Amino acid sequence: MALLEVKNIKKSFGKTEVLKGVSFSLEKGQVLAIIGSSGSGKTTLLRCLNFLETPDAGTISVGDKALFSTGVKYTDDQIRENRLHFGLVFQNFNLFPHYSVLENITLAPTLLNMGTHEQIKENAMHLLEQVGLANKADSYPYQLSGGQQQRVAIARAWAMHPEVLCFDEPTSALDPELTGEVLRVIKGLKGEDRTMIVVTHEMDFAKSVADIIIYMADGVIEEMGTPEEVFDHPKSEKTRAFLQGFQETF
Amino acid sequence: MFLPVTLQLLTGFCETLKVFALTLAFSLPLGLIVCFGSMSKFAPLKALVRCFVWVIRGTPLMLQLIIIFYGPGLLFDLPAMPRLTATIVAFSINYACYFSEIYRGGIESIARGQYEAGQVLGMTKGQIFFRIVLPQVIKRITAPMSNEIITLVKDTSLARIISVYEIIWAGESFIKKGLLWPLFYTGAFYLLFNGGLTLLFGYIEKKLNYYRG
Repeated sequence: MALLEVKNIKKSFGKTEVLKGVSFSLEKGQVLAIIGSSGSGKTTLLRCLNFLETPDAGTISVGDKALFSTGVKYTDDQIRENRLHFGLVFQNFNLFPHYSVLENITLAPTLLNMGTHEQIKENAMHLLEQVGLANKADSYPYQLSGGQQQRVAIARAWAMHPEVLCFDEPTSALDPELTGEVLRVIKGLKGEDRTMIVVTHEMDFAKSVADIIIYMADGVIEEMGTPEEVFDHPKSEKTRAFLQGFQETF
Repeated sequence: MFLPVTLQLLTGFCETLKVFALTLAFSLPLGLIVCFGSMSKFAPLKALVRCFVWVIRGTPLMLQLIIIFYGPGLLFDLPAMPRLTATIVAFSINYACYFSEIYRGGIESIARGQYEAGQVLGMTKGQIFFRIVLPQVIKRITAPMSNEIITLVKDTSLARIISVYEIIWAGESFIKKGLLWPLFYTGAFYLLFNGGLTLLFGYIEKKLNYYRG
């Protein structure tokens, strides 16, 4: 059975229909990369999964738990609980500037009573080691490079043990020479049997890390398949044109 | 003459400090409540609070003092409040309105992403406000707040209009004894006290400088 099941998600902002019925499912441990040009609805889809936006229609379920269904009214507490199935790493990190790196990671687990003070701190230090920033635990975000900040943001999201970890263009706000370190960390997470959704413009990365590729255009899934299917043998004309455009930039 | 005048002025200054300290103690939290009202999603409440802030900021504090002290008696035949109480009430309401606008500016300057980061980590609205937003707001509003607070020290002299024996009145009372200099001398008290406050705010700003952003 699929871990994540998304069915017919629709979302409009005013008169603009951003998502026109998006469905897909994901098995545990799979990595999904979503590609597509700006305005195709990729980010809105991720924000719907994290309940930062409320879909107008559709269903979202994780395991056997229905998290969202059209017409059901959810309380703030329910939404908050449902969110914990997902984690989100933002394009521009959104670290808390007034907390140290370690506090950024321990804040939410502490507030949500996810363990003793020692356990939470130990876990956070372990995560910082994994993202290669154990020596920065006491630094503040402004003292870090963009790449380092994003690695802290990844550790922070990871500390909540979400079932599905989402990345919204995690390297788009970074200088080109800093993208590598972040992509390596994300790739390293894959080995940990994590289920991930990555919205990205890094085609080589998508190709090498993802099990499934979704190409989105105009609010619909234009093409979905393995990296080989989508990148090497695209069926849709639109997909082909999009990938062509990417190659021409080099 | 210098020592007795100084002692007399000091009793007045004690009253000044009482008005100052009590007004701060009430208006700082009250301002936050007014601020929430003026940012409310419930339109009638928002309109009401903003209208109230407009009236309070749009009329002289001296007039508000007079209305609060004499108004209840003249309009409803109620016994008058003690003078100091009336002063604290008028000042607290007035300053809460000014503070609320400073708070609002600070809160609205915090990026959406900070709220969203808290939300996706499963924090409650209260946790997001008190752990993420408010600490950052405090840093951003220190400079405008110190301005208002220093103004408050000097505004306390308005309490003289309803016969609160604060330092200006204490100084003035020497005029009928033929001494004008005690009134000028009161300036030294304000200056010294505000000098202390300025140092304190400088220290707070420095303390909050441990991070940027």
